[in-house]
Amino acid sequence: MTELPRLPQSGGCRNTPILKERGQREVFCGLTGIIWLHRKMQDAFFLVVGSRTCAHLLQSAAGVMIFAEPRFGTAILEETDLAGLADAQQELDRVVAELLSRRPDIKQLFLVGSCPSEVIKLDLQRASERLSEQHAPHVRVLNFSGSGIETTFTQGEDACLASMVPVLPQSNTRELLLVGALPDVVEEQAVSLLEKMGIGPIRVLPAPRADGEMGIGENTVFALTQPFLGDTHAALERRGARHIAAPFPFGEEGTTAWLRAIADEFGVDEATFNAVTEAPRARARKAIAQASEALRGKSVFLFPDSQLELPLARFLTRECGMEAIEVGAPFIHKGLVGPDMDLLAEGPVISEGQDVDLQLDRCRAARPDLTVCGLGLANPLEAEGLATKWAIELVFTPVHFYEQAGDLAGLFSRPIRRASLLKVEAAE
Amino acid sequence: MKLTVWTYEGPPHVGAMRVATGMQGLHYVLHAPQGDTYADLLFTMIERRDHRPPVTFTTFQARDLGSDTAHLFKSACQEAYDRFQPEAIIVGASCTAELIQDDPGGMAETMGLPVPTIPLELPSYQRKENFGCDETFFQIVRTLARPMERTKQITANLIGPTGLGFRHRDDIQEVTALLSDMGISVNVVAPMTSSPSDIARLGQAHFNVLMYPETAETAARWMERELGLPYTKIVPIGVGATRDFVAEVAELAGVEPYLDDSRLRLPWYSRSVDSTYLTGKRVFLFGDGTHVKAAARIARDEMGFEVVGLGCYNREMAREIRAVAKEFGVTPLITDDYLEVERTIEELEPEMILGTQMERHIGKRLGIPCAVISAPVHVQDFPARYSPQMGIEGANVIFDTWVHPLVMGLEEHLLTMFREDFEFHDGAGASHHGGKAKARVEEPAEEQGTVPHVTPSGEVVWLADAEKELKKIPFFVRGKARRNTETYAAERGVNEISVDTLYEAKAHFAR
Repeated sequence: MTELPRLPQSGGCRNTPILKERGQREVFCGLTGIIWLHRKMQDAFFLVVGSRTCAHLLQSAAGVMIFAEPRFGTAILEETDLAGLADAQQELDRVVAELLSRRPDIKQLFLVGSCPSEVIKLDLQRASERLSEQHAPHVRVLNFSGSGIETTFTQGEDACLASMVPVLPQSNTRELLLVGALPDVVEEQAVSLLEKMGIGPIRVLPAPRADGEMGIGENTVFALTQPFLGDTHAALERRGARHIAAPFPFGEEGTTAWLRAIADEFGVDEATFNAVTEAPRARARKAIAQASEALRGKSVFLFPDSQLELPLARFLTRECGMEAIEVGAPFIHKGLVGPDMDLLAEGPVISEGQDVDLQLDRCRAARPDLTVCGLGLANPLEAEGLATKWAIELVFTPVHFYEQAGDLAGLFSRPIRRASLLKVEAAE
Repeated sequence: MKLTVWTYEGPPHVGAMRVATGMQGLHYVLHAPQGDTYADLLFTMIERRDHRPPVTFTTFQARDLGSDTAHLFKSACQEAYDRFQPEAIIVGASCTAELIQDDPGGMAETMGLPVPTIPLELPSYQRKENFGCDETFFQIVRTLARPMERTKQITANLIGPTGLGFRHRDDIQEVTALLSDMGISVNVVAPMTSSPSDIARLGQAHFNVLMYPETAETAARWMERELGLPYTKIVPIGVGATRDFVAEVAELAGVEPYLDDSRLRLPWYSRSVDSTYLTGKRVFLFGDGTHVKAAARIARDEMGFEVVGLGCYNREMAREIRAVAKEFGVTPLITDDYLEVERTIEELEPEMILGTQMERHIGKRLGIPCAVISAPVHVQDFPARYSPQMGIEGANVIFDTWVHPLVMGLEEHLLTMFREDFEFHDGAGASHHGGKAKARVEEPAEEQGTVPHVTPSGEVVWLADAEKELKKIPFFVRGKARRNTETYAAERGVNEISVDTLYEAKAHFAR
């Protein structure tokens, strides 16, 4: 069962020249990360300091979630806040006091910077330190920026986790830290696979509650479960922790490679590794084979959205038999996605950043069988006869590790199957 | 600063996007940071548009801040013109760009593009989405529309419909038909469906039909003053309002009023015996000013409801809503804070809510039926089927929409009749509200009438017998019975409610 990785014959695309574009970007800002982060961190509240636009974005992105007493909100800047800065700090204290008195269950409060608060240079760092003192020991106040001028979509999670790293306790225990917010079911599967190999203790960042947090030190090794965690990666290394580089755990191959890198670090022998992974690998392969039938030989074009694009393109080309035309990412961190790029055969255009109109021109010219893009582009492209898979679902749906590998392939094959099922033409 | 979770309205540049997206041949260059493109998905998802909104965002990033953003704006503007070749361009800033003071209007003017460029001043920290619509449309009209010779035939402009408007698509069709029946044809529908060259010929019409005051009143006033076009003041939502609208149009156009009401079913449906149970249903109304004003009249005069409260979130309509509230003898609620709306609903305990998406969820939480009458709405309120709010068919649609959440008369009667039945007991709930019938759980023999039960208010005490008797009243009127009885007791200084008090109160409040 331990066949060598089927390396692309042409060599990977790690050294392919990257098409770097600047222009209009059709992407979310980092504030969107709050939507899934607040579900994961059960005693945290995310207070955006921003404008009505920020509140409107969160409302539009959260959909029905907004009605479930969510643990996020926006302190909307008003005309008077823009007039003098000292006043804005006082206002912030008032809003936070009001919020914390209404929500005594909150243990961590994140002040989240936005474009307006960054542009007026509202010092949220100082505010968080001051408020931490005021509300200690009950509540810890941290800050990070989710602004569009600094962060793209999933980078909001990166900024949030990176803001937590410096305040984690010091520890010299040899521990494995898994970094990245995963759905609970996925996280449990990952931890359980590693524990079965005898690896431990295992900690997860973010922890579900503030009091469940881990120590960090020179004996900490960490593995990333998401590719967009560049700043968190850097912050952890600053604390002396060491990164285990690996392809990201999508599909059977990705998961196996990810697990193997950790197993090697912890000296797990071949027999144990195989015993633990054999059955789930077979299951995953079977599920992918079924779910990816409609994908074989089809072409795919990925617009930049979440930084998951390169690992997903690797999964789609190697495990589902697709051909990639262009793989766009908002940001490419070779130190993190390098192992995935090694496995992705040369061929597709690798692009970083975006000029959306030019990219749409390329997409229309290529007429891919499947286009992975955001909701602002999906229906317009469908109307042009292109099958699309909207990218945001890949961040909200459990897609990592073995048991979800079939579901992951299914997310991409469903739009193609649907396009061939529907026998009704739109009226002109 | 104001702590907010829900907002009834987006920022004003979203209003400008609604105008631009409704129109054709117009392009909006919006100076905005990366990320503000989220608003595109309101149009492509909620309204299911099959094209991208005609909006170019400059999407500046942190590294661009400084002099670079001005350059970025100019190149975005030039590229948008070259690519889309619009008849006119509107330019403006989002909330963040407003802070960096690049002056998009001034910059666009210096570029010397061969089409009109219309600068927008939208104060993001003071005003909101509807203002953005109204102001944008006004600026476009002011720049492009000129006095013109009237059409030979009597024509009218329909003004106000925009992208992302609640039922705007079908209201246009319904109002066009109303006018057509009077021999009046439509000159231009704007902003939705029109191009800048259509805007230029607004002045040909004989008058304007102001469909939605929120999005076009400023333009209507301007056209009245500068182009001599009078505009209609009545919004034809509801039977009475439609009849009044027809009379108003007839007067403006100098024609005979005519209304083809052969397909109008609301009046008969409302008079038919199955609707008797609607009498005096206590309703609370909330939404945008125009729809609430119209709904209040329908609720009272055409459905026979009792309006127990009303309000709006757009302060531009506050004065009119206060006037309506006065006429109905209720306290107006002018707020954009959904928590305040929720508190008011809890206090008033209405039997039905007519509101927006937020009120639908408040209703769900409080177990009160709700129908949606106004934006903001979600994707299900941009239906595939024809469903106007205005005119004859609009009245039919409204009757169905409002009645469906309520338990139908016959059903209600049967539930009452069989309330002791194992399937139709209180806990089972209404048959069409989901969930399945739960078998009755027999209550243990209760303590007898001397032990008082304290009500939450703590002022009036229910004796156990009375409490038990109260439970025999069907659940959907029990709240009213409890409230009436407590009021009755409080007014008479009675602080213990017995079975007798309950029935005395019932007799007192009998209608």
